[in-house]
Amino acid sequence: MTEDAENKPLSARITAAGGFVDIDAYEQGGGYQALRHAVTAMAPEDVTQTVKDANLRGRGGAGFPTGVKWSFVPMGDDAGDGVKYLICNADEMEPGTFKDRYLMENDPHLLLEGILLGAYAIQAPQAYVFMRGEYHLAARRLEEAIAAAEARGYCGKDVLGSGFSVAVGLHRSGGRYLCGEETALLNALEGRPAQPRARPPFPPASGAWGRPSIVNNVETLCNVPGIIRHGAAWYQQLGRGEDAGTKLFGASGRVRSPGLWELPMGTPIREILYDHAGGMQDGYAFRGLLPGGASTDFLVEEHLDLPMDYAAIGNAGSRLGTGTMIVVDDSVCVVDLSRNLQHFFAQESCGFCTPCRDGLPWLESVLADIEAGRGEPGDLELLDRNAHYIGVPGHTFCVHATGAMEPLASALKYFRDDFEAHIRERRCPHRQHGLRREPI
Amino acid sequence: MPTIEVDGVRYEVREGANLLQACLSQGLDLPYFCWHPSLGSVGACRQCAVVQYKDEEDTQGKLTMACMTPAADGTRLSIDADEAVGFRASVIEWLMLNHPHDCPVCEEGGECHLQDMTVMTGHTVRRYRGRKRTFRNQYLGPLLNHEMNRCITCYRCVRFYRDYAGGRDFDAFGSRDRMYFGRAEDGVLESEFAGNLVEVCPTGVFTDKPFSRTYTRKWDLTSAPSICHGCGVGCNTLPGERYGALKRVHNRYHSEINGYFLCDRGRFGAGFVNADGRLHSAGLRRDDGSFDPVPPDEALRRAAAAMANGRVLGIGSPRASMESNFALASLVGREQFCSGFADYQAGLMAAVVEAMAGPAIHVPTLQDVEAADAVLVLGEDVANTAPRLALALRQSVRNESFAAAADASIPVWQDAGVRNHGAAYRSPLYQAAVLGTRLDDIAEASVCCPPETAAELGERVADQLGQRSGADTALSDDLRDFAAAAAQALGDAKRPLIISGTGSGSAAVIRAAAAVARALAGGERDVSLCLNVPECNSLGAHLLGGGMTLAEALTSLEQGEADTVIVLENELSRRAEAGRLTAAVERANVIVVDCQEGWTPEHADVVLPAATFAESDGTWVNYEGRAQRFYRVFPGRGDCAPAWQWLTRLARTAGQEFAERLAGFEHVADVTAALAREHAVFAEADDAAPEAGLPAGLRVPRQPHRYSGRTAMHAHVSVHEPRPPADTESPLAFSMEGQQPRDPGVLLPFSWAPGWNSNQSVYKFQAEAGGALRGGPAGVRLDVTRAAAGRRVEAPAAAADRPFRALPLQDVFASDELSLHAAAIRQRAAQPYAVLAPADAQGLGITAGSGVRVVSGGVTVSLAARIDPTMVSGAVGLVEGMTKGLFVEPGMGVDVSADPDYVPPSDGVIARG
Repeated sequence: MTEDAENKPLSARITAAGGFVDIDAYEQGGGYQALRHAVTAMAPEDVTQTVKDANLRGRGGAGFPTGVKWSFVPMGDDAGDGVKYLICNADEMEPGTFKDRYLMENDPHLLLEGILLGAYAIQAPQAYVFMRGEYHLAARRLEEAIAAAEARGYCGKDVLGSGFSVAVGLHRSGGRYLCGEETALLNALEGRPAQPRARPPFPPASGAWGRPSIVNNVETLCNVPGIIRHGAAWYQQLGRGEDAGTKLFGASGRVRSPGLWELPMGTPIREILYDHAGGMQDGYAFRGLLPGGASTDFLVEEHLDLPMDYAAIGNAGSRLGTGTMIVVDDSVCVVDLSRNLQHFFAQESCGFCTPCRDGLPWLESVLADIEAGRGEPGDLELLDRNAHYIGVPGHTFCVHATGAMEPLASALKYFRDDFEAHIRERRCPHRQHGLRREPI
Repeated sequence: MPTIEVDGVRYEVREGANLLQACLSQGLDLPYFCWHPSLGSVGACRQCAVVQYKDEEDTQGKLTMACMTPAADGTRLSIDADEAVGFRASVIEWLMLNHPHDCPVCEEGGECHLQDMTVMTGHTVRRYRGRKRTFRNQYLGPLLNHEMNRCITCYRCVRFYRDYAGGRDFDAFGSRDRMYFGRAEDGVLESEFAGNLVEVCPTGVFTDKPFSRTYTRKWDLTSAPSICHGCGVGCNTLPGERYGALKRVHNRYHSEINGYFLCDRGRFGAGFVNADGRLHSAGLRRDDGSFDPVPPDEALRRAAAAMANGRVLGIGSPRASMESNFALASLVGREQFCSGFADYQAGLMAAVVEAMAGPAIHVPTLQDVEAADAVLVLGEDVANTAPRLALALRQSVRNESFAAAADASIPVWQDAGVRNHGAAYRSPLYQAAVLGTRLDDIAEASVCCPPETAAELGERVADQLGQRSGADTALSDDLRDFAAAAAQALGDAKRPLIISGTGSGSAAVIRAAAAVARALAGGERDVSLCLNVPECNSLGAHLLGGGMTLAEALTSLEQGEADTVIVLENELSRRAEAGRLTAAVERANVIVVDCQEGWTPEHADVVLPAATFAESDGTWVNYEGRAQRFYRVFPGRGDCAPAWQWLTRLARTAGQEFAERLAGFEHVADVTAALAREHAVFAEADDAAPEAGLPAGLRVPRQPHRYSGRTAMHAHVSVHEPRPPADTESPLAFSMEGQQPRDPGVLLPFSWAPGWNSNQSVYKFQAEAGGALRGGPAGVRLDVTRAAAGRRVEAPAAAADRPFRALPLQDVFASDELSLHAAAIRQRAAQPYAVLAPADAQGLGITAGSGVRVVSGGVTVSLAARIDPTMVSGAVGLVEGMTKGLFVEPGMGVDVSADPDYVPPSDGVIARG
């Protein structure tokens, strides 16, 4: 095993192949050995236990331990008629995030093997990939991968002669940000509006069509083959801090070399920003960043030495999210950026609960007023109050609006002067305003 | 019982409730929108936020949605905490961003839940500087207006229409702040429960279209507790009047019957009270056939003269009150009284009562129906004959999903969770009817067969349950399988329910249903048998009975044995063949007491205008045998009077002998009391209504305290405020003065409480939110087993002497006689049609939509053809109420042919809006 393959289980094959990894290349790199091992030599519960021991946590943003989630699925006689679903959440809609796309376009078999292992672990006869509608290449590659894997007996009826059967289907999303929320995804998959569901019931007990269902993010599932092949201990030691494994970290914005890198969990922000992304472009100064996509709180200069792991970023008042950071430089008007973000979240509200549906467009309009020089005294207090009422988890039906308020509340905290100046001067005082209307 | 603490006060609450329900049940004011006692919680509006504390030490608390939180023992919460108060005001502020400020011109104004909640939360100043969102509204048919700009996106409408009532042509469309609630395209809402959207919507998106043509604010309506005239279920209603017209009907909550919902036939059919064809004055028929209005006394003298020789018959009515029927029976004498059913109907009613009176038979309330865990519907198209019962059945099939939810620790009120989790669970409902029905979508299995096959099916189910070997049957394998599956499901159930009724036109079907119920009885099961009856007082009229059948009465008139007949509120052309009727009435003096023009008043010598239910007090007995009192909403126009009063006056005019028979009939209560004395089965009937005769200050006002325009509305006549009419018949007053009782029971003329102007205020009168009214559910269940064993009426089998036999069908909008006089219902009713099997249609050269000529007894009707592959061959399906002039007896032979001259009637819509 090369050092890369050892340390970068997600991306090493892609790097070695210089891009797309077909089934032959995947097999040559040890692909499908984990599946073969699991279905022939491991009980489903052992697969779950290994993933649990590895402390793999969800890479879609919430960070829930994957093996624990799987263990909630009723097994054996408790499983009723045995219909269960393993669903891969490939609806990558988080602004600034493109990690799942990279994996699916370049190494679809890695995902497929992860799905098959997950389905085996929970004994699901049916798996679905719920994919963002705009991911055309990924959809084609995955469909081809499913066909190729079926031809070689990895999926479909009687996987590798083990007696375990699983069908894998691809569902391409009609396109709503909220489809990334696991219960809204279930509704969309059933052909219903993409609105979240009440919990309980939780999907592992009652999900798609009322049956036990597991929804896992693409990157999460891509970690599973390595864990099964090399063991939980190997996976644990990949991380630099408390969290296990590696992660695709990314950076976008005015950095010298925006991109995506597979790095150990716990890699400090500064290292990602300066060593990998090359630091800020000439003429632009760093102001802050959204560490895990648009729905995470701003971090600023003082946070740059924090490790990118769930606890450290959480303690700093933000979230690891997808781990793909949006870097904000001094050419960007933070008020306008906030307006833009609220525009996005208001557009993508599903329309179910009041604070999100009606509150977000209001805040967008207030921010637009402030940006356009029509702000009024009291507007910031209005924003503060609403950000609190809308943003606290539990105030809204799901966490969409909570996510929407994270960048706003933190912008109001770290960049309050910008907002006040807009209202005081009744204009956008930003030096570059007019040249760069769109911040991202 | 769990104890919860709300703002420092401890309350004992019901096990299994949510916090919102628990708070409301204590009479506390906690704003909400999306929660509804019958629809449960979904957590969409976020209006019912409270602060919940972890434990005694927790002073901070956490905002939580009361409707989504179980009222567990020891829960501490605050409604008044700043965080909760501020959040709830913010929810209103968010909702108000787009809600138009059109309250002054909005029909919901004054009874708008959104208005109430806005005032309650204290949101008063608009801070939003942007434009309001606008929508295009839809044409939704003759019953409902649509004004989407007012929508606050609470999802109640779609949850009622689709989830609760099973409608499919209405949905929530779009996303974000542009959610749209309506149809995929303009068009008539298909569900017969659409009218409930008026009351389900917390603001003015869906409003009552017929009402809006002559709109009146809720606070200006005079209302009284009433009962629906539309079918035998006996839903409780609240009709409202102003300017001498019935303005609208709202639901009157009854925990055991209609709950919060009515069907559209009932809600909009009551418009017949205002119909053009109403009879408002007494009149005499001249020899040339013209009708002369005359003063009442003259009409009475003429009628009395006709009675002078004493050979008088009385024909009662299943839609007249017990009091009027009893008065007529007393006037003419029981032996000369016929309860007014067609002979075949009397035979069916006899089968119904015999079954009901059987040992160990429980007749369920609709609340019981909803609790059933396995159902067999035998031969009755419930969705068309008793829609509210069908709505209850729709809830019964959910019981399995409630059980599954309970296993998964999902509270039953958590509606979305129960539905998501319960998608795969459904309690079984087996159904056999002539054609497919609107319950097919919830049926485990549904078969289409003629009544005799349904009867055989029922007997086979009974055989299997009773483990007796039945007679050899001609049932096909499919039907045997159906019977076996139904027997299995019913046998496995804890609360099996058998539904049948008179709709099939077959007593054998009713007896088969009873046989199934008997076979199930005993053991641990709670077995219910629900037999639907066609009209609002069918059961009462039948229990009262009479000495002759309608055929006997007609023969007696025809042969001159009797020379005078008094017809009480009965359109005889629906009860007997035209030829026989004509022969009978031509020889006799005919005195008609009725409210509405028709064949019978046209053939009367004397017409006495009867008050409708809205203009009189009286008692009807519903399918359960529940005697219920309806109260006068307003004094009728012209000479209108309750029929029993006309009969009393007639008796006095006709001389001592007649007068003595109705002696003491001063007030409606006197008549009810006499009925209760004379007939054991009605012994409790006078308990259905509280005593009348309260002093003025203690009476229950029919008008809200904001009732306006008392002098202005008569100012064109006199500037003096007229003295309100006295009400000698009930504890109600035609006034805004008096006291609304705390425990109203039956006496709730309108629902209002401080801060709660909308119909949501009814919770203030319930023992617990969504539970029974304080004072008990209205009505008294009669002991049907006490029915005097009258002469057993076995209707002769109809002569099947023609190529086709008639199978009765019903239509929710077309089949009720009175409702069809309401313009809105006429617009909703389909054009008259007949149903044929494809092969028969082909043989006759008939295609769908072309004309069908149906001939019987010398009468011809022309109908549009509907071709239905589930129709049995050799039969024609004829819809009650759609064969004007042609009396249809179930199973009788008719001639059917193509009608090349048939011109489809236009749909009558000349403008939309």
